[in-house]
Amino acid sequence: MEKHAKQRVVSPEYMFFEAPRTRHFITGSEAASEAVRRANLDIAIAYPITPQSETMQRVGDLFGEGFLKDYYRAEDEIGAFSAISGASRTGVRCLTASSGPGLMRGLEVIASWPGHRLPLVFLIMCRVINAPLSIQPDNLELAYMLNTGSVLFHAENQQDFFDYTLASFIISEKCEVTLPVSVAVDGFFVTHARGWVEMPSAELKLPGRDCYNEAVPMIDNENPPIRIARDAPIQKSNFISYQMHAAWQQEIHAAQERSRRWITRYMGGLLEITNPDAETIIIASGSAVSQSREALRQAQDMGHQVGLIKIKSLRPFPVQELRQACQHAKRIIVPEFNCVGWLNREVRATLYGHTEAEIADGPRVYGGITMPTEMILEWLLDAEKGGQ
Amino acid sequence: MALRTLNVAPGFMRFMPKEYQDLVEKGPFGRQIKVTDLGTFKEVLEEHPMCEGCAMAFFIRLSLAALPNPEHTVMVGTAGCGRLAISQAAIPFVYGNYCDTNGVATGLKRGLQIRFPGQHKDVVVMAGDGGLSDIGFSQVMHSWFRKEKFTTIMLDNEVYGNTGGQESGMTRKGEVVKMAPLGKQFEKIDMLGLAQTSGVAYIARLTPTNPSRVFSTIRKAVLIAREVGPTYVQAYTSCNIEYSIAPEKVLDDARQVEKERYGFVEIMSDEAKAYLERIDAESKA
Repeated sequence: MEKHAKQRVVSPEYMFFEAPRTRHFITGSEAASEAVRRANLDIAIAYPITPQSETMQRVGDLFGEGFLKDYYRAEDEIGAFSAISGASRTGVRCLTASSGPGLMRGLEVIASWPGHRLPLVFLIMCRVINAPLSIQPDNLELAYMLNTGSVLFHAENQQDFFDYTLASFIISEKCEVTLPVSVAVDGFFVTHARGWVEMPSAELKLPGRDCYNEAVPMIDNENPPIRIARDAPIQKSNFISYQMHAAWQQEIHAAQERSRRWITRYMGGLLEITNPDAETIIIASGSAVSQSREALRQAQDMGHQVGLIKIKSLRPFPVQELRQACQHAKRIIVPEFNCVGWLNREVRATLYGHTEAEIADGPRVYGGITMPTEMILEWLLDAEKGGQ
Repeated sequence: MALRTLNVAPGFMRFMPKEYQDLVEKGPFGRQIKVTDLGTFKEVLEEHPMCEGCAMAFFIRLSLAALPNPEHTVMVGTAGCGRLAISQAAIPFVYGNYCDTNGVATGLKRGLQIRFPGQHKDVVVMAGDGGLSDIGFSQVMHSWFRKEKFTTIMLDNEVYGNTGGQESGMTRKGEVVKMAPLGKQFEKIDMLGLAQTSGVAYIARLTPTNPSRVFSTIRKAVLIAREVGPTYVQAYTSCNIEYSIAPEKVLDDARQVEKERYGFVEIMSDEAKAYLERIDAESKA
């Protein structure tokens, strides 16, 4: 019997929390595709771009082995993202992925998925946005993703990439969510490097998509009412049209808010705190968290008490949790792998009026540079750096 | 909509709008409509906001009536005049983004095949010349290269009608329209030739002058797409506003264009021909 045919459907709770796990030393690309192996995925549509390709070609191999029902290489990102939107409308479980320039190319489509209320999982392997041309890790593209309406997670390492991807299928398809879920990781640092990943048996898989238990009807001609111009344009110039569009947009963001409950249940919350009582706090997401963890250890060795807040969910953003966690903070730094400092802006907007802490405008590296822990330490320990 | 979902729960029918009752009792679902039946049944499209005398509205009405299984058909459209009518029809309609019709249709067709392997679900793209030959060109071509099994129908009014009359790739060379102040500088795109090169199984070009021909063309295109491969229908559907054709002269114009340059062209692969012969023989048996 083929391996895929031997897979047993288990509940998300069993898969995520109860199933025995074994440790594997694998790359981020391998971790993501191992999540897909257990995801009961129906269709994946791929288009090559570094550093995303390895994951999606591995997913292609899974299709070859029978773990997926359909898979193809699209003509470009717009084609891939459009086609996956068509597939999602029919009620099948869907996956696509991209990086930097590819994501930017498909942004019109990505920003329309939530409005069409399309459950699907979108993996983002962050890469520099051209120009100049580069393939290096830099997560500037997430600045553009923040306002698309998609639920958006930022995975720190290979383990997160496995866990978040698997949980995303379930969160995306929850009735009160019915939205795309995007899982970002920093390219190369996570996708092409190895780390320890604990995984449940490959003989288990999640339950399939339950499409008639979602917020909108499927385009499958099997569910009433018979007139389903679900995606019809609302373009009349009158107040009914304005109200409809406004309400629709509000509903997207309300659905995003409603995903908090499932993120908390399946991912243990929107953020994670180390040393909650510290007055100096690092706030980070993605692989900047790993660098910060090491900087924190070094700072402690030097006798400094430092806290670390790992932001797991960028959308919805952990507003209340962050305010609570920063109540006693005196100094906050926000290490990031991008030029504009999108996380810094999020942190400032969230904490404005809720903290006395000085929030440093950095540290940041970009263009693919790694962030030495010395740089984080320098910003942590040198109070004068804040204004620079 | 599958027929079982068309009928509402017993006892509720009398509370449904008259229009819905008519669709259930006198609609085209679950039976084969002939062109001579027009006027005797409740059509899936009756009211629409298209301009007076619009040839496109007429062609869309005929095409929707000609669908072999409207109860299992999904329409896909994009920006342009056509979708103002198509979205009013009693057939599920997907309006996505600019350029995405044939990508969305690919995903729809594949998803429906996964979920309903034993049931033909017809996916039909119906969009304008700008939507298919300009902004959506890449996705149209690639859906043909991949041999995706759905029908693409171009409503060719030779101009961007909905945005107010700008040049499209299907505008004829020399025409002075908006954004072509000196007249269009290059020839109308040869979509039929491109379809042939791409191996499209059934290709047709026509005008709406002959309703029977529209019926048989659409029917063939949808049926062949089920089993053989992609099909393409290109219909001249003049924009009487931008090309200043009086509403009562629209069909005269269509006849003239048909005679002078558009004609009726039908190109079918041997496999498509054999398939049609087989299903015709089966229906007679």
